[in-house]
Amino acid sequence: MTITLDHFLFLGAIIFTIGVLGIFLNKKNVIIILMSIELILLAVNINFVAFSSFSGDLSGQIFAMLTLSVAAAEAAIGLAILVVFFRNQGSIAVEKISNLKG
Amino acid sequence: MIAHTIFFYIFSLIAIVSAIMVISSKNTVHSVFFLILDFISISCLFIMIGAEFLGMIMLIVYVGAVAVLFLFVVMMLNVAQQKNEWFKSSSGYSHMPIGLLIGLVILIELIIVIGGWKYKPDLLTVTSISVEENITNTHSIGNVLYTDYFLLFQLSGIILLVAMIGSITLTLRDRGYVKRQNINYQNFTSAKKAIEKKKIKLRSGLK
Repeated sequence: MTITLDHFLFLGAIIFTIGVLGIFLNKKNVIIILMSIELILLAVNINFVAFSSFSGDLSGQIFAMLTLSVAAAEAAIGLAILVVFFRNQGSIAVEKISNLKG
Repeated sequence: MIAHTIFFYIFSLIAIVSAIMVISSKNTVHSVFFLILDFISISCLFIMIGAEFLGMIMLIVYVGAVAVLFLFVVMMLNVAQQKNEWFKSSSGYSHMPIGLLIGLVILIELIIVIGGWKYKPDLLTVTSISVEENITNTHSIGNVLYTDYFLLFQLSGIILLVAMIGSITLTLRDRGYVKRQNINYQNFTSAKKAIEKKKIKLRSGLK
């Protein structure tokens, strides 16, 4: 019944999948998509820290800190883009974002 | 050891349930609250496996900064109350079945990777920064972060600077009716331009 590396890897895999599902299934709200990206980065961080802790190597924790700062920067820029988009369009529904006609 | 196991299961259960609630709440504010709960339980897990510094930094950065930023934007955009469910399109077409299928495939792939990783034990024999037992986690991170990983540290600072400048430039707009100071004009003005003398007749006032 001891906790091994595999337990943490499974936890990371489940949270990663939930984040990806949040991006796929969302139709109404861009903010939820940004939060799903945060969840995905969190799952990656779990894997880094678990490997670092169980293999006795500090570099994983250093890289997790880099991931953390990139996640913070990404959240700030994403929310800024969202604010500008809302100012121009008056709505942030995902299905109505079709200006690029992709 | 059994307490360790029980704590792991409690924290990871809370983390998974709150992650599901993040993507399925109808109210965006509730999603942000569940995101905070998720971060807190994951940072408890980090502290549990001996990465105390990173757990505390996660609390400060995510709960203190990122989640509050999310809350601020949600309240500012006034989209907290979603009338419909998050996965239903107004045109009746739903991504639900294919999205769930792809999510399931991703989960199975990740689990297969975790299983298959065991058969490659050479991965762990690379040179590593060994963790010393007699100093704390924060101390040992400090030992390598400002020496071996100094360039990486500086680079993450530059990334944050670029993000700050970028988000300020994105959201700044020139509103015409706001009166601003013009320092040059103020410095190069003179009494002749600023003051005007007029002769006024008695009892008639200024036109």
